[in-house]
Amino acid sequence: MLRVEDLYVAVGGKTILRGVNLHIKPGETHVLFGPNGSGKSTLLGAIMGFDRYQVTSGKIFFKGKDITSLPVNERAKLGIGISFQRPPVLRGVSLGDLLQATDEKENSINELAKPLNLVSFLERDVNYGFSGGEVKRSEMLQLLVQNPDLVLLDEPESGVDLENIAIIGDAVNRLLQKDGYHKPVCSRREAKESRRKAGLIITHTGYILDYVAADIGHVLYDGKLSCTGMNPRELLGCISKLGYADCTRCLA
Amino acid sequence: MREELRQKALKALNKYALGEEEIDIASFEAGGKEHPYLESIQELPEEEKKDMLVAGVDATEKERAGTFILEDNSVIHASVFQEGLEVMGTAEALDKYDWLHELCWNLVEVDRDKYTAKAALEGDRGYFIRALPGAKAVYPLQACMFIGREGLLQSAHNIIIAEEGSDLNIITGCTTARHVGSGMHIGITEIYVKKNAKLTFTMIHNWGEEVVVRPRTVSVVEEGGTYLSNYISMTPVRTVQMYPTTYLKGKNSVARYHSIIVGYPNSDIDVGSQVVLQGEGSRAEIIARSLTKGGRIVNRGRLVGEKEGAKGHLECRGLMLAPEGVIYAVPELEARVDGVELSHEAAVGKIAQEEIEYLMARGLTEDEATAMIVRGFLNVKIMGLPEELDAEVQKAIAMSDESDF
Repeated sequence: MLRVEDLYVAVGGKTILRGVNLHIKPGETHVLFGPNGSGKSTLLGAIMGFDRYQVTSGKIFFKGKDITSLPVNERAKLGIGISFQRPPVLRGVSLGDLLQATDEKENSINELAKPLNLVSFLERDVNYGFSGGEVKRSEMLQLLVQNPDLVLLDEPESGVDLENIAIIGDAVNRLLQKDGYHKPVCSRREAKESRRKAGLIITHTGYILDYVAADIGHVLYDGKLSCTGMNPRELLGCISKLGYADCTRCLA
Repeated sequence: MREELRQKALKALNKYALGEEEIDIASFEAGGKEHPYLESIQELPEEEKKDMLVAGVDATEKERAGTFILEDNSVIHASVFQEGLEVMGTAEALDKYDWLHELCWNLVEVDRDKYTAKAALEGDRGYFIRALPGAKAVYPLQACMFIGREGLLQSAHNIIIAEEGSDLNIITGCTTARHVGSGMHIGITEIYVKKNAKLTFTMIHNWGEEVVVRPRTVSVVEEGGTYLSNYISMTPVRTVQMYPTTYLKGKNSVARYHSIIVGYPNSDIDVGSQVVLQGEGSRAEIIARSLTKGGRIVNRGRLVGEKEGAKGHLECRGLMLAPEGVIYAVPELEARVDGVELSHEAAVGKIAQEEIEYLMARGLTEDEATAMIVRGFLNVKIMGLPEELDAEVQKAIAMSDESDF
């Protein structure tokens, strides 16, 4: 579904990503670990096409199409969605209005908002005065309305208490067609085989992995992927034991 | 008119308002043709009804407590549908009530500048609106200042009194006929909010492109009183200059100013609000939004704290939607005693790229994202307008969106 080929990305003239290769197939959920400043958010921003992330070489393919120079909204229309780590506040724009404007499938916004405890937030200005957990829940609701095929999640659990992590985990599963959201009455195997939605999740703490089953883990270290293709839980255990410095060995 | 006022006015006829461009009042025609009085505003030509509606004045008078219309310099209609409310021409009210003479030219100084002087000499043509003690207006009263003649000088003197414990809501729509491009409006407004009374005053400007506008407004709020002022100007206008001032005299009195201004190329708008907090526990809030598509907007705000325990906040946000144009924010705070709490925040610039990309990431095009952010910026929900007026204003915003983006 997503193929990133030898990607170099600069921010403000400074090269952050140096030759990233990544392949995410339909139905797969990938996890991206890495120390602060290693370029995780840069990778997500470059896949989404934000202006400040300049691709200096390499290519990004989505559903077989070269999207390297497509504007953000066209990538969104093709089926890429992102949850922001720190989204901006939109004064005067209510969350409900924003959802209406982006809803193409005539979802019942109220029904989607209920499990996220956001029904009373639909009248409020987007992200204005929202707590950490409320911001993340609002990001999840926006993604559920948008219903993308590839979901990019930038630290969905940062600044969120345990109770909210469970709610967010549930929303992520719904986005990724996991835990019976896709086909309620079928075997696990059938569910897995018919799953098409893919995800790429940045996490520091790994807490979200207690709620969302992920398939493949990577470590982004100093602008390059190392330890790529490992089991995410095993990778997390390794990182917490040995630290990221050990990842350089895998880069050799 | 008392002779001493007349003398003062005559002396001030060439007194320029501070810092403004020179306007030659004599280049506009004073007086003009007298228009006949209409028993019902249904008698207005359909076209004029439509022109007035855009400024919030609804000819069906549905959900209105009364109507006043000044066409050019004639009072053509004054009516009221609720007990305890009074609507009439200021001249008529001065004939009726002797005590009113004390309140006339009491807050606004006759010789403040050449505009006040000119208005004083032109006579008392505006409206007198009053809520009797304890009267609670169910619906807003509407007043229309209408210029129907090219090149005319319209001069109005309005007096508003919300007596003790009353609740009054006034919508003033200022507009020109569609065929009128140029003209001048001078509006003197003196506002009295008595003990525990509440006045909501909403002014909507919808002038022609070459109209010069010089309102002069001063209000006084007594103990426990609340004055809410809303100002909306979203259509092209040659120049507006005003700096309404509120004195919060009484204990726990409250004033809130909200303004939304759109500037167009060739527009020069210099608008501010000033609140002097003189009462114990008095509170003031000034919130201004200005957006320019090429015109010059000066947005002033001033809070003066004169009594311990007074609190005020000023917020001024400006959005540049064109490479040319000027937004000049001038927030001022002045504490004259200790123990007052005054604060301000001001931000001027173009729309943040981050906000546009946030919406684009949800699938909106860059233009759609920009339009949504601008609509949010101009959101008038905070003003708490009557529903259908809110809808009218939203429509006007949408129209200005379509014509210029």
